[in-house]
Amino acid sequence: MEYVLASLVGCFVALGVYLLLSRSVIRMLLGLVVLGNGVNLLIFTAGRLTRGAAPIVPPGLDQPDGVIANPLPQALILTAIVIGFAMFSFLLVLAFRAYQSLDADNTDTMRVAEPVDAPNPPLSY
Amino acid sequence: MAELVPSAMIETMTAAADWVVVLPLVLCLMGAAATLMLRRSGRLTFMFSLLILVGVIACEVTLLLRVLDSGPLSMTMGKWLPPFGISFTADIFGAGFALAAAVVTLAVLVYAQGERGADDGRDGFHSMVLLLLAGVTGSFLTGDLFNLYVWFEVMLIASFGLIVLGGSPAQLDGAVKYGFLNFLATTFFLLALGLLYGLLGTLNMADILRVAPSANPAAMAGVAALLLLAFGMKAAAFPVNAWLPAAYHTPPAVISALFAGLLTKVGVYAMLRSLVVLLPASRDLLEPVLVAVALATLLIAPLGAIAETNLRRAIGFLVIGGVGSVLAGIAIPSLAGVSGAGLYVFHAILTMTALYLVAGLVERQTGETDTRRMGGLYAASAPVSMLFFALVLATAGVPPFLGFWPKLLLLQAGLAEAGWSGGLVAMALILNAILTLIAGSRLWAHIFWRSAPEGAVAPAVASRQGEWLRFGAAGALVAVVVAAGLWPNGLFEALRLGAPDLLDPARYVAAVGLAGGSP
Amino acid sequence: MNTVIFRTITPLIVAIMLVFSVYVCLRGHNEPGGGFIGGLIAASAIAILGMATGAEAARRALRLDPLAIAGFGVFIAGLSGLLSLFTGSPFMTSIWLYLELGQTTLPLSTPLVFDIGVYLVVFGTIATIALALEGEGEEDL
Repeated sequence: MEYVLASLVGCFVALGVYLLLSRSVIRMLLGLVVLGNGVNLLIFTAGRLTRGAAPIVPPGLDQPDGVIANPLPQALILTAIVIGFAMFSFLLVLAFRAYQSLDADNTDTMRVAEPVDAPNPPLSY
Repeated sequence: MAELVPSAMIETMTAAADWVVVLPLVLCLMGAAATLMLRRSGRLTFMFSLLILVGVIACEVTLLLRVLDSGPLSMTMGKWLPPFGISFTADIFGAGFALAAAVVTLAVLVYAQGERGADDGRDGFHSMVLLLLAGVTGSFLTGDLFNLYVWFEVMLIASFGLIVLGGSPAQLDGAVKYGFLNFLATTFFLLALGLLYGLLGTLNMADILRVAPSANPAAMAGVAALLLLAFGMKAAAFPVNAWLPAAYHTPPAVISALFAGLLTKVGVYAMLRSLVVLLPASRDLLEPVLVAVALATLLIAPLGAIAETNLRRAIGFLVIGGVGSVLAGIAIPSLAGVSGAGLYVFHAILTMTALYLVAGLVERQTGETDTRRMGGLYAASAPVSMLFFALVLATAGVPPFLGFWPKLLLLQAGLAEAGWSGGLVAMALILNAILTLIAGSRLWAHIFWRSAPEGAVAPAVASRQGEWLRFGAAGALVAVVVAAGLWPNGLFEALRLGAPDLLDPARYVAAVGLAGGSP
Repeated sequence: MNTVIFRTITPLIVAIMLVFSVYVCLRGHNEPGGGFIGGLIAASAIAILGMATGAEAARRALRLDPLAIAGFGVFIAGLSGLLSLFTGSPFMTSIWLYLELGQTTLPLSTPLVFDIGVYLVVFGTIATIALALEGEGEEDL
């Protein structure tokens, strides 16, 4: 099972990197999301896969009875998902606003902050 | 539930004085929340956030004194024993940087009030500044790598909000580059955390120190390389620095100042903490890469500053050059090396913020952002020129100023290093100082010293409102930089006590008090 | 979206959703639920109200600025962690108070306050976003 998930993580990361190499802002954003999901899946796999035993301590005991699934990765992933979602929505709005005001979805043509034809600095001093 | 006390809980009482580890953070967060509620109340918001900041600074001074006196201080949330609960652990470096960050935020807030004047703060500026400070303080004080990731994101969200405040096309353009690349960097960080968790089964820093030596060194080197990439992007180290000069000059000068003082410094601090302290064996494997990155950053950044005509973009390259100096310390982690890196971070937090604030004064006086159209400002405002000149000298590391002392330590470290790398780094540091001096004094000469260029319009009399607040904030910060450079004894004493903790973190681990005892 | 059926049924749905969101929030300590999901349900209720009556009317119905509600949420969440200062425990240690109410015991605790804070934060931010999206042409945030 680990091998399957590990290959899946690999696919996600490869797809994310491929999309990130694009010039289109929306594709880059999708790439980031796919990459982020791949990373979340990686944390899930890294927490070891245990099936069929929920991490619940039975009543009357101080510690679980036998082997249980690792409950920590889900806390880590949940945090990462919420944060990733917030970032994604911000960047989506930002990309849209940038498209509206710069009329550019292509990063090559987004040169307001860094003009292409900036003149050379003065040679004095 | 009350009568059941499992063995995973702390059973001793926590002294109220130990709370100084978390109080700065809680104050910032709650202050951000309260200013969000008050955001329609005009000046009250400003006064309230000022009050919060003074409280934060008071807590951090107490924390620093405490840590100087009795070593690292730790608190683990919710009475859980350390590897299970989230720890906050302050050592001298973390507490000192957090204090510097709060001080520059105070200066920035006062300056912003002078600039915004009658503005009513409806846009949530104060809450975002406090949230940013919360993220930065959390990153400096946390004792848990995943928690560090969370504070990174808090900082990132707040900086996103600040960088688009106003929403001019240039800001949106800069924000796209800043946002995408920084989000990518934190994703890489998360990737490294996932792998680290899989390898070690823990993300608590003290616990990592205990289990990391027995992990597979090749796999750990991979994790360390990912961390280097992620923090390198955050810190704007050379091959991945492109976002910084693309973004830092687009928002108003106050916001650039805040970013320059805080964001990249957290990146280098995280690198110092993770590579030098937590994974020293993997850092040794990566040493050639670190040396190359440090050399390239040290040499290329000031060249960028020389070639640049936009004032704040040029200063952005100087910020990157400063990051190179810290990287030099990480590349040579002897006692002098890490001391130099730490002192440089402290110096850079103060100096870079002050530099951007003074640049804001200049831009306001001339109404220009391009140095080609500036000139002759010395006649109009000699005090501003003095402030700028002092900061240029401090950035380049000219002797009586603050920047000199960390460079001296780094040079000592480089020259004492046996291999080829030390000499190269030392040479690069000297070249960096010369190039930075050239870049800075060129800027100074263009803005202040030469006569105004032909055909330049005489600067319109800018609004005088709030001038004293602006000038006072920038001047006070410069005064702090100059004073710290003239009397560095306290800083050296702090380094003497604090730097050994980075190389031999036994005291740090003992302060956290892991379940099952220290290694 | 502005059919008579939708507008007629909206108050009913919104009321049920709001009550249900509180129920989900309160049961969250030991069972599925909690402040996050409760806040989402409540914010969806406001979003539905905004769809039916317009964003302005929904804002008026809320009376308070949703972002201020979110700020208040963070504030009381922080406060719930600070209370343990007085019991000699670290930050965020839970404090329980069992109220004897005749037949039953009501367990009150700081995690409950924290969860209500989370509820308010999620409710406030999502409602802000939803109302900003629904009110076209308005300044977002």
